[in-house]
Amino acid sequence: METTLRYLLLLAAAVLISFTSRPAAAADAVKGKIAFEKNGCWQCHGYEGQGGAAGKTLAPKPMAYEAFNVFVRNSNTQMPPYPKQILSDADLADIHAYLSSIPAPKDYKTIPLLNQ
Amino acid sequence: MARKDRRRFLTGVLATGAATAVAPAVKAQEKETERAPTALPPTTQVAALETENPGEMAENRIKGTAGSDFMVDVIKTLNIKYCPANCASSYRGIHESLINYGGNKMPEFLTCMHEESAVAMGHGYFKVAGKPLMTLCHGTVGLQHATMGIYNAWCDRVPVIVIGGNDLDAAHRPPGVPTFHSAQDIGAMVRDYTKWDDTPISLQHFAQSMVRAYKIAMTPPYGPVLISLDAGLQQEVIKEHGSEKLYIPKYVPTSPPQGDSGAVKEAARMLAAADNPVIVADRAARTPNGIKLLVQLAELLQARVIDQGSRVNFPKTHYLSTGPAAVSGADVIIGLELSDFWNTVNNWTDNGENGVGENSSRIKPGTKLISISASELLTKSNFQDFQRFQAVDISMVGDAEATLPALIEAVRSAIPNSRKDAIAQRGQAARKAFADQEARAKQAATLGWDASPISTARLVMETYNAVKGLDWSIVSQSGNTSNWQNRLWPLTEHHHWIGRSGGFGVGYGAPASVGAALANKDAGRISVNIQADGDLMYAPGVLWTAAKHKIPQLAVMHNNRGYHQEVMHVQRMASFRNRKSNYGGDMGPVGTRIENPDIEYHKLAESMGWWAKGPIKDPAQLAPALREAVKVVQSGTPALLNVWTQPR
Ligand code: HEC
Repeated sequence: METTLRYLLLLAAAVLISFTSRPAAAADAVKGKIAFEKNGCWQCHGYEGQGGAAGKTLAPKPMAYEAFNVFVRNSNTQMPPYPKQILSDADLADIHAYLSSIPAPKDYKTIPLLNQ
Repeated sequence: MARKDRRRFLTGVLATGAATAVAPAVKAQEKETERAPTALPPTTQVAALETENPGEMAENRIKGTAGSDFMVDVIKTLNIKYCPANCASSYRGIHESLINYGGNKMPEFLTCMHEESAVAMGHGYFKVAGKPLMTLCHGTVGLQHATMGIYNAWCDRVPVIVIGGNDLDAAHRPPGVPTFHSAQDIGAMVRDYTKWDDTPISLQHFAQSMVRAYKIAMTPPYGPVLISLDAGLQQEVIKEHGSEKLYIPKYVPTSPPQGDSGAVKEAARMLAAADNPVIVADRAARTPNGIKLLVQLAELLQARVIDQGSRVNFPKTHYLSTGPAAVSGADVIIGLELSDFWNTVNNWTDNGENGVGENSSRIKPGTKLISISASELLTKSNFQDFQRFQAVDISMVGDAEATLPALIEAVRSAIPNSRKDAIAQRGQAARKAFADQEARAKQAATLGWDASPISTARLVMETYNAVKGLDWSIVSQSGNTSNWQNRLWPLTEHHHWIGRSGGFGVGYGAPASVGAALANKDAGRISVNIQADGDLMYAPGVLWTAAKHKIPQLAVMHNNRGYHQEVMHVQRMASFRNRKSNYGGDMGPVGTRIENPDIEYHKLAESMGWWAKGPIKDPAQLAPALREAVKVVQSGTPALLNVWTQPR
């Protein structure tokens, strides 16, 4: 309860100021893939942001960049926060671009192995 | 002992009372039915010694019969099929008796390359066969190697009979190495995580202690036991016992403890009156019958079941099967043999709050909690496997499986007719929730489906596809594949899944898989091991044991090239402390990755007599490799595929 409340307050505050961070439009998905690996995001979320037992699904369709930025910077859940000192806005925007570039998966009904 | 004396001795080894006389050829079951045992006929070997070569007994160097022959007679009454062990001089006496006097049958000696592997083989074997194995080791250096395996068995409530050789008599033991290999009290090393241990000082003492050890290990809550076996006692000749004849006590299984009948009724009333009862099971189904009983209870109440997975407790294909989140809507929760009730109804978030993390509740205030667990009978507390304390409303000390029949009957009587419609409706809602949950899991499995390294969902489902037409058994613990096998394979039978290690001591997986595969081999099943990389490297010699003793299995590696749990832990610590983690040129924090160089597990396995292939990084190559490997396994050879995988 407390955790969620604190997070929501942070989110509200941060959305107001986050327009100063680098716009996601200038971001680069190829560089983002490298940053995603170099900063250890892959460790809990999988190389393709698919998620699993250790971390949530991030792709396809990651949350909007502003909320993404606020969450990654300030998380007080199982997700360790990555402040600017250790992950620049530019790298984070690239990571977001990489995750946004991942195509949607197939419908499971079209994969025979998932229908046996 | 002169031949004449020996004959007198043999006829003198009598059964007294409920005890049985020495006769390895006679099966224990036959003996158990004997009402008034008498002296039994000598074995073929003994008869041969007596008739064909009359001079031998008198001429043999020890001048009589070795004490360890009698020990083998005792062991044979317990019907222990195998003895995985790493050879050691402190048990050379019984080793020789087992393979020569005992004919290397019941038990058959299996050559192991590490004591921890031997214990873990016994651990895995039990979880499929339901019967314990014994292992022998040096009581000091060997037992120290074995300890981690024993601790896992302890935490997982699995019986393993460990016999440690030890030379007690300081005045007579050989100097030098054997003295380094002796201790006053070897049991001290494992006393906190065994149910019982003893140091027999006579052959009769051994007979009593061995049967007692077996009985204690096999009484729920099951657990490992230790016998310290004096080297002198093994090697000394059997002496006249005067009027006291050596005998072998009969093993009679102890019936498991049941929950108190009053508490059972109260629990039944609570469950019958509940709007949304939820059943949580961890080590509830000790036997295949446990699954049937749990299905009966769940269907009677139309209550959803969370199977925490230390055994197959409940069929995954049943519409009442659900995930851990179901506790949040419950008004009554019954926990059956939970290893961690606190964490079932509470949550701990590893978020560095105040340095340590944050607690929160997963359930509604006022939710009633019922517990049935035999583990409360285990009160040794140096090791903290009892977890955080959870207060409950009804607490029953007893074995869940043994208590279920009474609980089912009590629930049946407690459900008023007026509630039957509401209960049936609960079932309808559960059917819909189950279908949705299945679809969600399958859709989640599609994420990263074509990725390289291969996704864990793809790994697991390609493997299922390769064995689905066969009688299969998953013999690995690997929950590190995001539990895909538990979410997507139709686990319905006791042997479909053997659960986890218990103590989470890495290194259990590979040897436990070989032990379980041994039991499956005897049952004509194919064993599937999703093998973690770090786990295999603790003691890879068990691969050789599998090849040597022709124990086939399909090992599909979940090779994420790291001790991945630690990769994440250290990364998390760095983040909490605002530090960029030092990867030292690898893909994760220094000290956690197994890369640069990459281990060629396929070559490792091949070098020890396995068929192997790899590294496989492209998901499209997996199906043909699996087809080939399954054929090899069916021909009796173990096969390994080294597959590069996503982290989880
Ligand atoms: C040590 C494991 C770990 C690492 C490393 C990690 N995450 Fe996470 N992340 C998590 C977990 C666990 C969650 C789910 C948190 C929750 O909801 O409680 C999460 C959640 C998130 C979310 C929120 C997703 C949602 O839909 O709510 C985002 C965004 C995210 N992570 C991005 C990142 C990025 C970007 C990186 C690398 C810079 C990263 N994570 C590294 C564990 C990790």
